[in-house]
Amino acid sequence: MKFFRDTWLIFARQMQLLLRNPVWVFVGVFQPVMYLLLFAPLLKPALSPLGVTSDAEAYQVFVPGLLVLLAIFGGLFQGFGLIAELRAGVIERSRVTPVSRFALLLGRSLRDVVSLIAQAGIITILALFFDLRVFIGDLLLAYLMLALIALMTSSVSYGVALAVKSEDALAPLMNTVAQPVLLLSGILLPLQFAPGWLEDVAKWNPFSWAVDGTRALFAGDIGNDRVWQGLLIVSVLTVLSVWWAAREFARSVR
Amino acid sequence: MIIETSGLRKSFRSRQGREKKTVEAVRGVDLRVDEGEIFGFLGPNGAGKTTTLRMLATLIVPDGGAATVAGVDLMRDPGEVRRRIGYVAQGGSTWDDSTAREELVLQARLYGIGKSVALERAARALDAFQLSEYADRKCKTYSGGQRRRVDIALGIIHEPRVVFLDEPTTGLDPQSRAHMWDEIRRLRTEGMTVFITTHYLEEADALCDRIAIMDNGEVVAEGTPAALKREISHDVITIGLNGATAEAATLLDSVAFVSRLEKLDTGDGLRLFVDDGATAMPQVLRELERNGVTLKSIELHRPSLDDVFLTKTGRSLREK
Ligand SMILES: Nc1ncnc2c1ncn2[C@@H]1O[C@H](COP(=O)(O)OP(=O)(O)OP(=O)(O)O)[C@@H](O)[C@H]1O
Ligand SMILES: [Mg+2]
Repeated sequence: MKFFRDTWLIFARQMQLLLRNPVWVFVGVFQPVMYLLLFAPLLKPALSPLGVTSDAEAYQVFVPGLLVLLAIFGGLFQGFGLIAELRAGVIERSRVTPVSRFALLLGRSLRDVVSLIAQAGIITILALFFDLRVFIGDLLLAYLMLALIALMTSSVSYGVALAVKSEDALAPLMNTVAQPVLLLSGILLPLQFAPGWLEDVAKWNPFSWAVDGTRALFAGDIGNDRVWQGLLIVSVLTVLSVWWAAREFARSVR
Repeated sequence: MIIETSGLRKSFRSRQGREKKTVEAVRGVDLRVDEGEIFGFLGPNGAGKTTTLRMLATLIVPDGGAATVAGVDLMRDPGEVRRRIGYVAQGGSTWDDSTAREELVLQARLYGIGKSVALERAARALDAFQLSEYADRKCKTYSGGQRRRVDIALGIIHEPRVVFLDEPTTGLDPQSRAHMWDEIRRLRTEGMTVFITTHYLEEADALCDRIAIMDNGEVVAEGTPAALKREISHDVITIGLNGATAEAATLLDSVAFVSRLEKLDTGDGLRLFVDDGATAMPQVLRELERNGVTLKSIELHRPSLDDVFLTKTGRSLREK
């Protein structure tokens, strides 16, 4: 009980601060909309070898990729906020109270999940205007995938932030992680185009499975093996990341 | 005894370039703090004050030694210690975009206090620390002194038995400092034990019931400021005379409270070593007057904590 209460307290506080700063909400929506408007039109011709003939089909491929991208990147860069909190002494102030250490992490990560899902919701609605069509059940399952990814990447980011304690170290670290993850996941273009060796390497990238699964859901193909495989892989990694990051919160270091 | 430590130790490994270095921040600290007193930790930068406080506040695990805080064994049950103490860090603890009231309510709730009680406590703390006027403004708009008061209020919102304040007055102007002293004394009146660190001699002297002087990871002296000063030297009364030096010397030498007496090099005065200068001075005056010796001047020098520090460490604490 105490754990849920503590998590709620941290979450509510973080949400309140987030909403107080509407600039973030604007930035969070503006960029993906630019992708929708300026990048997606390139896609229909580019994807025609895969049998894509309409805008709707192109968006069915592109939107899930974009959402996974947002989940990964949105999460990985949350650590910066935590470093600011460390510097302000807010984390130390929480750590002298009996508050659950796990709640300190989860309250923050859940805020990231909620803001990602809100962002994803706005983008999905906008994409409807471009003839994207998706079943609500499939969509909810896709959002579950996104939520897990955001939970995973943000907790990794928090854990690393607590370990390195400086923006200067966090930025290159996160970029180094993010770049191969991005290139090897088929987020922007499906890996069907890739040469065989690249596809083999990408098999080792969990996010590649997540993207495939999310795409299958957006295509209404809920029975596709990639769906449960993606969800399973992401769930396991999320549990591990959250467990590791919670330990970082519990460790008593300056 | 609300805090008792023995042999508390902590060292840090840090890296400088390729070399790894070990800093022995705290090397065996023994302390006893009584319930309801203001206990001061006086020492220069890097003495290990913060490190000791952070160990007692369960933020870092000691390398060795033992401690009981508020009746709980620090090593065995840090969680229970956490519930019984408050801690205010040296560097501040408020978030720019939050208001003082929000911070106070959240902090109370993190200690497990229900919402309505938390709101009440926050309002009371804001009032007590004269913050009500700014309570709903963002912390980034506060002055340094106002922000520091919020920090202290945060540390005591759950009414702990002991509160650790790490340099509560550093960076405050003299007036805000005096205010802060009043706040701290008020906490003592409410029955709280206050453990502060400081590098201000006057603060240790004026505010603290007892102090420990720390240097280089060790406690070099512990006691009431008055006792510490008395221990190292007597109060010194210097009198200036127009002649009759020898006569005055014989007169005063036979007075009980003068423990030692010497003539000034200039020959026109005496130096008297006494236990308590304040009560000795009028008696010296009376004695000389009764015997018709006229005084030119009289001056009292009482040893300061800096003299204590100098005696114990060979260095002066006062920045030159
Ligand atoms: N996390 C750490 N890693 C490495 N060294 C540390 C760490 N924390 C403290 N130290 C070192 O331990 C020593 C004691 O530091 P501490 O902060 O306890 O001093 P202090 O008495 O509080 O000083 P100040 O008056 O400047 O606050 C210093 O030499 C400091 O550099
Ligand atoms: Mg310090």
